[in-house]
Amino acid sequence: MKRKESAVVLSQECLAPGIFSMWLSTGIAEEAVPGQFVSLYSRDGSRLLPRPLSLCEIGEGKIRLVYRVAGAGTAEFSALKTGDRISVFGPLGNGFPLEEARGKRVFLIGGGIGIPPMVEIAKRLSGEKVLVMGYRDERMFLKEELEQTGPFFAATEDGSFGTKGNVLDAVRENGLSADLIFACGPAPMLRAVKAYAKEQGIPAWISMEERMACGIGACLGCVCESRDVDGHSHVKNKRICKDGPVFLAEEVEL
Amino acid sequence: MNLSVDLAGVTLKNPVMTASGTFGSGEEYSEFVDLGRLGAVVTKGVAKVPWPGNPTPRIAETYGGMLNAIGLQNPGIDVFVKRDLPFLRQFDTKVVVNVCGRTTEDYVEVAERLSGEPVDLLEINISCPNVKEGGIAFGQKAKAAEAITRAVKEKAGQPVIMKLSPNVADIGEMAKAVEAGGADAISLINTLTGMKIDVHKRTFALANKTGGLSGPAVKPVAVRMVYQAAQAVKIPVIGMGGIRSAEDALEFILAGAAAVSVGTANFHNPYVTMEIVDGIREYMERYGVSDIRELIGAVR
Repeated sequence: MKRKESAVVLSQECLAPGIFSMWLSTGIAEEAVPGQFVSLYSRDGSRLLPRPLSLCEIGEGKIRLVYRVAGAGTAEFSALKTGDRISVFGPLGNGFPLEEARGKRVFLIGGGIGIPPMVEIAKRLSGEKVLVMGYRDERMFLKEELEQTGPFFAATEDGSFGTKGNVLDAVRENGLSADLIFACGPAPMLRAVKAYAKEQGIPAWISMEERMACGIGACLGCVCESRDVDGHSHVKNKRICKDGPVFLAEEVEL
Repeated sequence: MNLSVDLAGVTLKNPVMTASGTFGSGEEYSEFVDLGRLGAVVTKGVAKVPWPGNPTPRIAETYGGMLNAIGLQNPGIDVFVKRDLPFLRQFDTKVVVNVCGRTTEDYVEVAERLSGEPVDLLEINISCPNVKEGGIAFGQKAKAAEAITRAVKEKAGQPVIMKLSPNVADIGEMAKAVEAGGADAISLINTLTGMKIDVHKRTFALANKTGGLSGPAVKPVAVRMVYQAAQAVKIPVIGMGGIRSAEDALEFILAGAAAVSVGTANFHNPYVTMEIVDGIREYMERYGVSDIRELIGAVR
């Protein structure tokens, strides 16, 4: 059951320029699954809307959020210190279908601030997996955590580490292959992943993002164009916050 | 202590309603809110057929408020009647169906369709700033507003609330026009047309370029307009615009609103509607007010 509560900040750490890691003590952890997100609320009344942040790790009574400072709201979060409190709402969204990975070799593909959710997925998948992560440059984050879980490949935009280019350049350069993809990242990356999956004839589950207001499927702010008629409005608009954020790539238009 | 209010012959157990478009058809929020504790649930706008709405981004935050340009995405009257209405009827609350359309015939058809359904009130949205045809085209000219009110009233089976736009020069004139057309109540304000530009990307923040501004930033404008509308007409006024606390709700009631709607605040706090009901009760206890009706329009 979703809930909004006051969570206690357990730790706050800067992982790379503009990238922060925050552990929160919250009961939301009990029901959360990888790929879901939570909404964080600013303490400044002038910032009304919650900030949706993906779950990086789910622990005993605690969650880890790794996020990019993108504006005043996330800057406020990054200044929180151990013992501070913050309002958090969740868990929201559907999460990745980890059961689909049984007996399969899985690509975990993350790009930029889409990398964090791959950590909890990688920890939970016991089978064969290949991690391919795309960063801006060599100031990488979550690399140590991810490397511990399986073969790790990286692409950087400037070529300062790993393959120069994007995640699919890294896949090709290293001759990698898999039976299934779980991916999270910016829209151009997801578009490329969708095309790659189609070309390879393998399913890809992708996590999408959009500006949100309610986070629970009521306001219809965060829809994406879908292949099939959606169950809510009977048009072709799925709600990213509620029907997603994780979709089978072929079901959504990118 | 009496918290119940009368809206065109319909008794609400308390004056707190939800604002159309912010609360879906109640289902999503029922996980957090006991809908039976609310005076009424006002649904998202319902049209004759499903509407896909506008492209994304549809949402942008602004200082103390937000812009939206959803574009009235909705499943249409058939799905609404079959799926959403039975859900809402499980709760001991009044159901207000918000109706949207492109033409007069659209509105009338939906109102007629609902006439035999278990619906308590209709709210006619002639004030959405985010769709090109219909909507606001009826809401900015007094004659057009009066005419569509009359057309809907002729076929409606329930009392009709006309939802007014703040994007007009004289709100009193608009209120009088729909009253003359036979409206049983009015509600206001819908959102104020606004715009936000992303200076880093050098684009509009919303795909629709313009959107409707809501949230605490609009509240003083809304209180002023509710006051002016309440002075202009005899029919009940439902006040809304940036309400996020019982004190905010009471401001509107004192300005002349018989009931209030809570919108954007639901996004910030999903429990806010129930908290406002409790807060109004506490206020009445504190000041020894035995009947909320004593407060309606008490500040002149």
